[in-house]
Amino acid sequence: MTKKQKIMLVRILITTVMIIVLNLIPISGISQTVLYLIAYMIIGYDILIKAGKGIWNRQVFDENFLMSIATVGAFSLAIYYQSGDYNDAIAVMLLYQIGELFQSYAVGKSRRSISDLMDIRPDYANVERNGALVKVDPDEVEIGSVIVVQPGEKVPIDGRIIEGISSLNTAALTGESLPRDANIGDDIISGCINMTGVLKIQTTKEFGESTVSKILDLVENASSRKSKSEDFISKFSRIYTPAVCAAALLLAVLPPLIRVLAMGLSPEWGNWIYRALTFLVISCPCALVISIPLSFFAGIGGASREGILIKGSNYLETLSKSKYVVFDKTGTLTQGVFEVNGIHHNTMDEAKLIEYAALAESASSHPISKSIQLAYGKEIDRSRVTDIHEISGNGVIAKVDGIQVAAGNVKLMKRMNIEYADCHSVGTIIHLAIGGKYAGHILISDVVKPHSKEAIESLKRSGVEKTIMLTGDAKAVGEQVAASLGMDEVYSELLPGDKVAKVEELLEKKTEKGKLAFVGDGINDAPVLSRADIGIAMGAMGSDAAIEAADIVLMDDDPLKISKAIRISRKCLRIVRQNTIFAIGVKFICLLLGALGIANMWAAIFADVGVMVLAILNAIRVLFVKKV
Amino acid sequence: MKKTYKIEVDCANCAILMERAARKTAGVQNATVNFMTQKMVVEFEEGQDPSSVMTQVLSACKKVEPDCDIAL
Repeated sequence: MTKKQKIMLVRILITTVMIIVLNLIPISGISQTVLYLIAYMIIGYDILIKAGKGIWNRQVFDENFLMSIATVGAFSLAIYYQSGDYNDAIAVMLLYQIGELFQSYAVGKSRRSISDLMDIRPDYANVERNGALVKVDPDEVEIGSVIVVQPGEKVPIDGRIIEGISSLNTAALTGESLPRDANIGDDIISGCINMTGVLKIQTTKEFGESTVSKILDLVENASSRKSKSEDFISKFSRIYTPAVCAAALLLAVLPPLIRVLAMGLSPEWGNWIYRALTFLVISCPCALVISIPLSFFAGIGGASREGILIKGSNYLETLSKSKYVVFDKTGTLTQGVFEVNGIHHNTMDEAKLIEYAALAESASSHPISKSIQLAYGKEIDRSRVTDIHEISGNGVIAKVDGIQVAAGNVKLMKRMNIEYADCHSVGTIIHLAIGGKYAGHILISDVVKPHSKEAIESLKRSGVEKTIMLTGDAKAVGEQVAASLGMDEVYSELLPGDKVAKVEELLEKKTEKGKLAFVGDGINDAPVLSRADIGIAMGAMGSDAAIEAADIVLMDDDPLKISKAIRISRKCLRIVRQNTIFAIGVKFICLLLGALGIANMWAAIFADVGVMVLAILNAIRVLFVKKV
Repeated sequence: MKKTYKIEVDCANCAILMERAARKTAGVQNATVNFMTQKMVVEFEEGQDPSSVMTQVLSACKKVEPDCDIAL
């Protein structure tokens, strides 16, 4: 608790005791009034002062002013009618202050706990100076310096490992609890926690440009982009308070006048003024104003804990309405790495064939060549390879152990007039001719990510109507992958520009209410990411382009996180709706009962504070996203 | 030009009032107050001096909510 809160707590306790004692001892007349007045001043003096300042600054409709009017009014009524019933005024002030105290305590507490969740900011970096480790501000470390990260410490700046082996905990960044191995030469991202060994890291970025700073910046500024619900509350609060005050004024004046003039009854001014004051007590839209931003903040905070970074409350809102999810294939649903998946029509031993292919392709750094070299698995003895000719768009011809080896596509085989066997499987085919004779072909295909199928199913379960795949790959490849994952539509052989056009076409076809989300790997999909209703970039650890272009960034590349993000957004929006309806509903019921004279001031303030407490507690519920 | 300031405000409604007051201040293009992170992001109009505009913003905010503060 802060000092302010402690003082308030003491004031609340003193007043509570005073009220109880004053109600028990038999006093009356002036001394009674004075004692109650003291209790009232103890609990309410700051409100009265603020109200005075408000009038001075011509800010009449603030809650301090309204609370002052309501309680001073109730107090005056009690004096005027000599009823001796001062409890109303003091109790209203007391409950109001308890509510305020709870609000500032609960909100402060949840704000801190959410901030702690996102607390990946490193406080220092270890730099070696004259043989001793010195702790310095990460801001002061220049690019290319060597920093030392000890076990248990956070990696403060992006860089490359030059000494040491360790495993890293990336949970704060990705939500993934399995540790990741780190070896010499690996790039390392700030925000990870070094678990086992001492690492020496050469920095490749400044602190301000490092992943951890980018993420912090993004999350901290997230709730500045306000959602429609928040705008609504902002507008509502502007109308609500003046409207309730006007209604209170009417309630105080009109019914008594009507009673006197039209019905010939006694006006009962006291009764109606009391009812009007009850109105003023309910006139603060606090419960709404506080619980809605709190819900969004908790949603963004909880999601970031799972490795899902959301750039603003508005995106959380759009995401919850997404009905169409468009995927890029390579790198998003598949791993974007190629693997040898089969060897067909081979005239020699498979291992031998791979060996020839790997040697022939040894000079190439193309992903396809890499995958063959990987399948070969042994050190490549380059001295066995001579006369390498790369024929662009066709393949390679080289001499291996003095024998001519041609490895490439159909075009290469045709060019060399070699008869080849077609492949019925889907993927990239490398035909091989050794010594001028066809020797078989190698099938290479991209690997689907282990969670892709589950991710599509889970999207369907969370109410996504259509899943669509866009790919630059051949039709056969695209359709085979889409079918194996159970996707609804697939568009293949698209150039990067075609993807934007395709997304625009899909945007046009869909209904206004269902939003379209595009999921890409964020590196070459930037235009599409920004064109879709909502752009989700995957595997963004360390990719600045993705963090720039997307609205939602998934730190690791697990497609299952997409449906999780959608479920978190739905939960958040559900709670926002509950709170809106609940808070407005209770307020209106209180206003009605107050106008009819059924609810007194006690009931009104109790409902008001109660709604706020419940709405805050409900909002905090958004934070629990583990099992969403 | 955009700048972020640390603020101190106790109630959410007051934060909305501060936001409104800041937006109305001369020299301010747009302003958003984030109650949860206790921050105010102010976008200044072309050619305005942030520090002098911010003194105006602070006094405007003090008028609507005496109990607030902006770390300038």
